[in-house]
Amino acid sequence: MMDPFVTFCLRMGDNALILAQRTGEWCGHAPALEEDIAFANMGLDLIGQTQLWLKLGGEAEGKGRSADDLAFLRTERQFTNCQLVEQPNVDFAHALMRQYLFDAWHLPMLDGLTQSSDERVRAVSAKVIKEVRYHIDRSRDLVIGLGDGTDESRARMQGALDELWPFTADLLASDEIDDDLTARGVIPDPAPVIEAFNAETAATFAAATLTVPHTGLTRTGGRNGIHTEHMGFILAEMQYLQRTYPGVSW
Amino acid sequence: MQASLDTVWTWLGEIPDPEIPVISLADLGIIRAVGYDDDKLVVTVTPTYSGCPATSIIALDIETELLKRGAQKVEIRQQLSPAWTTDWISREGREKLRAFGIAPPAMAAANCAGMLKAQNVTCPHCGSEDTENISPRGSTPCKAQFRCRSCMEPFDYFKAI
Repeated sequence: MMDPFVTFCLRMGDNALILAQRTGEWCGHAPALEEDIAFANMGLDLIGQTQLWLKLGGEAEGKGRSADDLAFLRTERQFTNCQLVEQPNVDFAHALMRQYLFDAWHLPMLDGLTQSSDERVRAVSAKVIKEVRYHIDRSRDLVIGLGDGTDESRARMQGALDELWPFTADLLASDEIDDDLTARGVIPDPAPVIEAFNAETAATFAAATLTVPHTGLTRTGGRNGIHTEHMGFILAEMQYLQRTYPGVSW
Repeated sequence: MQASLDTVWTWLGEIPDPEIPVISLADLGIIRAVGYDDDKLVVTVTPTYSGCPATSIIALDIETELLKRGAQKVEIRQQLSPAWTTDWISREGREKLRAFGIAPPAMAAANCAGMLKAQNVTCPHCGSEDTENISPRGSTPCKAQFRCRSCMEPFDYFKAI
């Protein structure tokens, strides 16, 4: 088992990094200028959050790896982000639903982390949660507006929810690493986080006239390095420069 | 001779924010401490948004300016906690923002329920409170786009965080 604290930092950082990469793909392509700016800005927040978590993970690991080393020099199986954040943009509905589902978990998770027994985790999460409150403020509003919108927008939002919902299992999953950290008070007990996620999504989807699919289908594994087929393509693009010109800097 | 800390604070009050140059770094409330560590001048800075691209420029600007003013050695330290809040923007800074056409952030509104909707935004051009949010994001992550229903002018709002 890898060091639990390091793994936790990498999981938080990798979620933010891969979602930022996906979010950044919207730059110049969003359906409205305001949303283009919003996605780009949010991607920037997520990159900043990535730096905080990966820096902390690198320091805790003690092998001299920087946030950049961790982002650009690891391979697919070494990334521990949940599978949700690596799912492709497809259309605005998918990108927005992915963002909303992530935010609905991220906010209560960070809320718990601000009470962490670890001072460094408290400092990072108290910083990050301020930004994430604005993220969910936007994504929730848009999910409701487009869900309870036209026939076309509603159909697309429902389609995105049907496709992405199984991946929330990965977002809410926990293992012996989490158990160890919860026991030490470093991370919150998963139960209240899941409860908050369920309450948040139930209220929003009711207002958005969307229905959570009850197929029972779940997808997990990302947190342990098992990814969907999309992950390799993201890394190929993100890590291109460091792989082509190892050690290059400017 | 070492400059007094009061003098250093005055200098910092004259360094403009790289993205919103009408306010200074001191106005912004991101300078958390200034002190000497032997002959080294140590300036402790806290980031605004964690991903703000201005953060590294700010550190560079402080170092350059203080060295130019006669400091012998300068070290910039990053401090994450307590996290920066727009409540730390000085009264003068708020006035400067308003005069520049950016509505200053509401006080003590950072963590309120409803976020943007709960923040009363006054038009920096005509002073009207009849304003509407166009987009929760603006030209930078720290701003939102608004429009005044009285004078019809669009403007940036510096979001409370």
